[in-house]
Amino acid sequence: MPTYSKKVMDHFNNPRNMGEIENPDGVGKVGNPVCGDIMNLYIRVENDRIVDARFKTFGCGAAIATSSMVTQMIKGKNLEEALEISNRSVAEALDGLPPIKMHCSVLAEEALKSAIDDHFKKKELSQDVHG
Amino acid sequence: MKRIYLDHAATTPVHPEVARAMMPFFSERFGNASTLYSFGREAREAVEEARGKVASLAGAQSPQEIIFTGGGTESDNFALGGIAWANQKKGDHIITSAVEHHAVLNTCKFLQKRGFKVTYLPVDQYGFIDPDDVKKAISDRTILISIMHANNEVGTIEPIAEIGKIARDNGVYFHTDAVQSFGHVPLRVDDLNVDLLSASGHKLYGPKGVGMLYIRKGTKIAPFLYGGDQENKRRAGTENVPGIVGFGKACEIAAGGMTEESGRLGRLRDRFIKGILEKIEFVQLNGHPTKRLPGNVNVSVKYVEGESMLLKLDGKGICASSGSACTSSILEPSHVLSAMGVPPDVAHSSLRFTLGRENTEEDVDDVLDVLPDIVKGLRLMSPLYQEKRGS
Repeated sequence: MPTYSKKVMDHFNNPRNMGEIENPDGVGKVGNPVCGDIMNLYIRVENDRIVDARFKTFGCGAAIATSSMVTQMIKGKNLEEALEISNRSVAEALDGLPPIKMHCSVLAEEALKSAIDDHFKKKELSQDVHG
Repeated sequence: MKRIYLDHAATTPVHPEVARAMMPFFSERFGNASTLYSFGREAREAVEEARGKVASLAGAQSPQEIIFTGGGTESDNFALGGIAWANQKKGDHIITSAVEHHAVLNTCKFLQKRGFKVTYLPVDQYGFIDPDDVKKAISDRTILISIMHANNEVGTIEPIAEIGKIARDNGVYFHTDAVQSFGHVPLRVDDLNVDLLSASGHKLYGPKGVGMLYIRKGTKIAPFLYGGDQENKRRAGTENVPGIVGFGKACEIAAGGMTEESGRLGRLRDRFIKGILEKIEFVQLNGHPTKRLPGNVNVSVKYVEGESMLLKLDGKGICASSGSACTSSILEPSHVLSAMGVPPDVAHSSLRFTLGRENTEEDVDDVLDVLPDIVKGLRLMSPLYQEKRGS
């Protein structure tokens, strides 16, 4: 088993923003059972700003810690700023990840992009309906 | 914090008597066993005494059939490579199984690159190899069959004696990797019909860095290391005298209390399995309920990933293992569980506890006290559990 930083262990043992959002403005569901990590990321968006973010994750310590960290990083950011968050910045915020665990941070970035993407699709749909 | 060690399949603590037996051979009795003066003779005597103890535990006809190696992996490499190189004029086909240790599997892959053909036999849901499959796979090009005695992940004990009989009837050499079973369950090379058997010192309360390969008299095998005349010219290099002495002592101790200890561990194992299945829902036992190593507990706790459970257990001082990919550098889950037909998400949810000499009922009960809450917490986080409850 790899050795994790104190920050990874803190986020693993005390995950921030764990749970779901009812009727979220965007959902990102990434990963698959074969590689052993599944991440669901829920966001609440008001005026193009992420006001709430929650996650549910099936995965190793690094997968849970990166999920927790990414929700903390995006809360309060506008969508443009949130899209600039990369897997490396999530890993750096956790004081680094063991090399074989970097794919977990990639998953967190993918979940974030996918949730924002989902938000834009939902917005377009509702504009279609209302427009 | 009290620590509970439940990973005896990974390694075991050196028995205090073993450590005591080894100590003089680091310092005052440091001689090279190949020299003729008193220091050398002392070392030689100690090595041969140890060889006798190891041979006795294996049920070998002669101590000369035991070759000391650097460990279980070396023994497996030696057995497969040595038979392949020495018998390549006779044939180029090797039969093994999908659930072998990587020391066997990766040696087979290497031999395939050098032109040998390898058949990897499947296993059933418990991890058993069907002796009929072995029989069907044999051709006139087959030179070696290598099937492990007991599986390191799920503890399944293979029908080695039956497979050995088939090998013998067909004139094919038969090797078994007994690293997990040697010193833990009774075995005799003649009863098992094996020509080669691998074992390792540190799995039976001996030191690391020493193992052995049993080679039946008359077996045609190439040397593993070239150099001096040590180990009957099959494994050159100055003998690891303290290690060999420790291995011998560990075998002597194992022989003494094996029946009692395997009975005790079997009862602890059954209490552990029963407790987990009763206290936690959506758990499956991996491997066979009874035809498994006495100390092996392997379960899949569905909807929770293995490594996350190991980290939480470690936080409580409990040391265990997992067949989850997240414990290694590859992403695929355990090749053993996959071969048994366990789906990837369930394989990623596996936990392995392997009990040993110092474990008590209290240790088992302590784990049973904390594991349900750990699982509950992680399941709250799990999207797979959420889907399960929603469905």
